[in-house]
Amino acid sequence: MSSAMLDLILKATLDTLYMVGVSSLISALLGVPLGVMLYVTRPRQILAQPALNRVLGVVTNIGRSVPFIILMVAIIPFTRMIVGTSIGTNAAIVPLTIAAIPFVARLVEGALNEISPGLIEAAQSMGATPLQIITKVLLPEALGGIITGLTITVVTLVSYSAMAGAVGGGGLGDLGIRYGYNRFDPTVMLITVAILVVMVQGFQSLGDHLVRRTDHK
Amino acid sequence: MITLSNVSKTYGQGHAAVEALKPLDLHVPEGTIYGVIGLSGAGKSTLIRCVNLLERPTSGSISVDGQELTTLSGDALNQARHRIGMIFQHFNLLASRTVFANVSLPLELMGVPRAEIRQRVAPLLELVGLSDKANQYPAQLSGGQKQRVAIARALASKPKVLLCDEATSALDPQTTGSILALLQEINRSLGLTILLITHEMEVVKRICHRVGLISAGSLVEEAEVGDFFTAPRTQLGREFITEFLKLEPPRALVERLDADPGDHSHPVVRLAFSGDAVSTPLISRLARDCQIDVSILQAKVESIQDRTLGLMIAELIGPSDKTREAIDYLETHDLHVEVLGHVQRDA
Ligand SMILES: Nc1ncnc2c1ncn2[C@@H]1O[C@H](COP(=O)(O)OP(=O)(O)OP(=O)(O)O)[C@@H](O)[C@H]1O
Ligand SMILES: [Mg+2]
Repeated sequence: MSSAMLDLILKATLDTLYMVGVSSLISALLGVPLGVMLYVTRPRQILAQPALNRVLGVVTNIGRSVPFIILMVAIIPFTRMIVGTSIGTNAAIVPLTIAAIPFVARLVEGALNEISPGLIEAAQSMGATPLQIITKVLLPEALGGIITGLTITVVTLVSYSAMAGAVGGGGLGDLGIRYGYNRFDPTVMLITVAILVVMVQGFQSLGDHLVRRTDHK
Repeated sequence: MITLSNVSKTYGQGHAAVEALKPLDLHVPEGTIYGVIGLSGAGKSTLIRCVNLLERPTSGSISVDGQELTTLSGDALNQARHRIGMIFQHFNLLASRTVFANVSLPLELMGVPRAEIRQRVAPLLELVGLSDKANQYPAQLSGGQKQRVAIARALASKPKVLLCDEATSALDPQTTGSILALLQEINRSLGLTILLITHEMEVVKRICHRVGLISAGSLVEEAEVGDFFTAPRTQLGREFITEFLKLEPPRALVERLDADPGDHSHPVVRLAFSGDAVSTPLISRLARDCQIDVSILQAKVESIQDRTLGLMIAELIGPSDKTREAIDYLETHDLHVEVLGHVQRDA
């Protein structure tokens, strides 16, 4: 294999890591608060806002139900507005992030669901404010579940990013399609797939390791 | 220290409404351990949760340490809650925090500086006997140890009042004993007022000064613990005590019991006696004065705080006019007599 090819593979790998990294980070920053909101605004919860809760729930479900490939196309104008272009890795980050936010939010909400209501009650009996309950009880107690959710998100983003790559987003998916499919070079295809597999394994192991460290059972 | 006036609580509305507490008054004097006992679903948890407004009462007012709580909300309520500790049946410790950090939590919530928190937590861990477990996580502790951590945590904000919601119900009898001893020690050494709810008479007997009996949302009986055990005023109270003392006639006898007296049968009675009656040789006097024979089937004596309580199941053997006379005799000597039935005289 030529060194030019190796360079291409290396660049594609870094592009994928960049897309996945940035979209994971932003979707975590926005998705975790949204997940917390979905949980605490429920009826009878610490910041009960049933109407707001329903609106957030519907919006989140819409975000989750649109297939990624359609979302990517549908939000092209929005992507252009944000990054100035609709192709390339930066352009791919926008739909990846939009798709991941509701995904993260639901996983976080699920993790919070696992917390015994007794803990919230105990905190209330100590005179904790809702914000204190979120920062000192809910988030630390659900940390393991939240990390599990973020790991699932990152892994999902790896495969989504390959899809985004196929329609001009760059990265390993793009490389695999261009060389492996269009030019019929099975070696490149296999290498990109192998790198994706290793990447997913790596993220999963890292996630599992972090979850174990938060687990005090 | 704690005064509930006319407090009621209804869950839900319309057809689904459940009146968990009917309007009731309750007063817990400063420094006492007050036990509320009742059957499952009687409204005990609702009652105790109303005291710190975890549950907002539908009506009535609640005052703790002279402060009216029902008018408070938000920060003012949170401030008031710093002076009311609470422990729970299932401990409710944070699994993500060490023992030390769990006890620190209420102080963090109050904004106490780190250095001061360290100074205040250490003696609390010592008080509950867990100094060596400071850096362990709850999952590494036994149930009794978890409840000790919860007690230390509840005391961290130096409350005037401790609420205990079935605090020993998830523990084995021996551990229960040690937790009750700890609560008693705290009551004595810190002068803490304790309101506890339980369905176990053992808890009431061991540490409570006063007891309230709650049934279907009403406080049906209230007394000093010694009085309650020796002279309950309600049927439910008597059932609790009988159940607690486990003094039931033997099954073989129950099968032979007849509700109505026959020509050749004699009564089986359950006698409850307390105070002076315990030390008076009543049974031998009864046999002599009424000229009957007394066959004791079962007997039990319990000491409850400074009182002694005796229970006995006995067969009164003699002609029916004599046995009736014997029952009158016992009643005039302040024994509580319950005729369980009649058995045929053996041939
Ligand atoms: N959140 C709630 N919503 C509706 N009904 C409730 C609620 N909490 C309690 N109840 C009802 O109120 C009544 C009293 O319940 P409570 O939990 O106070 O009883 P308890 O004496 O503590 O019983 P247990 O010994 O089983 O804990 C019960 O009929 C119960 O079903
Ligand atoms: Mg209860």
